[in-house]
Amino acid sequence: MTARIQVTPNPKRGDVIEIRIAIQHPMETGFRLDDGGRAIPKNVVNKLVCRYNNVEIFRAEMGSGIAANPFLDFFTVAEASGELVFDWVDDQGQTGSERVALTVTG
Amino acid sequence: MTVPLRRAVLIAALAWHCAGAAAQQPTRPQPLKSGLEFTGPEVRELQQDDFANPGMLWITRGENLWQEAAGREGKSCAACHGDAKTTMKGVAVRYPRIDAGSARLINLEGRIQQCRERRQQAEPLKYESPELLALSAYVAQQSRGMPMSATIDWQNRHNFEAGRAMYNRRMGQMNLSCAQCHQDNWGKKLGPETISQGHSVAYPIYRLEWQTMGSLHRRFRSCLSGVRAELLPQGSPEFLDLELYLAWRAGGLPVETPGVRR
Amino acid sequence: MLKNIYRRGFLAQLLAVCAWPFAPARGADVGSESVEAMVRKVTGGAKVETGRVKLELPVLADNGNSVSLKVNVDSPMTPANYVKSIHIYAARNPRPNVANFYLGPRAGRAQLSTRVRLGGSQRVLALVALSDGTFWSATADVVVTLSACYDAT
Repeated sequence: MTARIQVTPNPKRGDVIEIRIAIQHPMETGFRLDDGGRAIPKNVVNKLVCRYNNVEIFRAEMGSGIAANPFLDFFTVAEASGELVFDWVDDQGQTGSERVALTVTG
Repeated sequence: MTVPLRRAVLIAALAWHCAGAAAQQPTRPQPLKSGLEFTGPEVRELQQDDFANPGMLWITRGENLWQEAAGREGKSCAACHGDAKTTMKGVAVRYPRIDAGSARLINLEGRIQQCRERRQQAEPLKYESPELLALSAYVAQQSRGMPMSATIDWQNRHNFEAGRAMYNRRMGQMNLSCAQCHQDNWGKKLGPETISQGHSVAYPIYRLEWQTMGSLHRRFRSCLSGVRAELLPQGSPEFLDLELYLAWRAGGLPVETPGVRR
Repeated sequence: MLKNIYRRGFLAQLLAVCAWPFAPARGADVGSESVEAMVRKVTGGAKVETGRVKLELPVLADNGNSVSLKVNVDSPMTPANYVKSIHIYAARNPRPNVANFYLGPRAGRAQLSTRVRLGGSQRVLALVALSDGTFWSATADVVVTLSACYDAT
């Protein structure tokens, strides 16, 4: 799953930084019909977790009410340098994961 | 017929011919406006934010595919074309164009398909496939901000005329032509929406209605279904001719790929 | 427009509600659980106050398939006083609980943005649970229209 992540650049310790993530996923609702009139099975990214140096700082439980190619924009406080790890999973069990290095000055 | 009557008939015939001829002249809307000006603020914001723009997911994929080895020779696009940011700059604005080898009109998707099959000897890419959308979006994006520059000359004049004729032809159950909405009534309301001038500068686009990225030819099919006309396939000669007419019609408008539309 | 309807009195309110076209129930897993019941599950019956929460959605959505949503909570976000979770409900969606977001003191700012699907014009609800056990909410009304032309592609 293609995903793009953007984090406020060059954070100083204590700064509130903005994290944005966009994931390429159809977020199939289960209500659409294919050309043969059969319902396309529901398949949405139902959970996304963001960990900062192994501590969970954000979790999203999502349903079919989140638009296709889910986009999330949230915040955290820059503390130690390290890593932001994003993990997500969809109804079919497909997982996605991305890591972003974080260098915090001060 | 008496002389005055004959004269009246002659004048009427001349007037009719002139009116007919005037209607046949290719026309552009004045002033030229991008489709962005006819959408809501939310769509505009989405397109102008290079991160939030959902089409950028396809650009990222295109960027990766450009470097990916493919086909019998294991060659990537980059192997021949180097850095797309340099080599593909100014390419999209000149399409569709006459393909030297076949003397037929070819668009950007067609050129990518051709490269893929003949040069890379890889599996062909179908229209609306994630790969073709990603690559065509990535290549077109390298011309973002540059003005559409289709040239009509002796080689593609017949394609241009065919495209223009289709643009002005009433079609479908609703018996509407492209021109009736996008030339004669742009800026007016159709249901909740404001009719745009119907330009092709932002393609491939992320269309909220599709919930995914799609090609210009898919958009043609959407419009045809809207007037309840038969849907021609993507890549058809009629669509290529129409694409050329649209490229001419948008002449001077900057490329916006990846666009976001309703 | 919705605000005016709800001000006019009960009968007028009832008539106005009946006049809204109903979204048909779709899908086998769409239960008849109301948003009120879902909210009660989160709050345990505790009172939900209005205020401190700002829910931003466009007044007129370009397309119901993707509507930008931003929610902001007035909270110091300290370990002693922070937002635990934000729950989004769209009553006229086939699955009204759109999403739940779990924050914590490390968020720094109780703000998040996303894009939601709205199955028709409606009032969207954001329910917020604070660390002190209190609950707060805000709503936003969105008009969602259908595309002008039928798209068979």
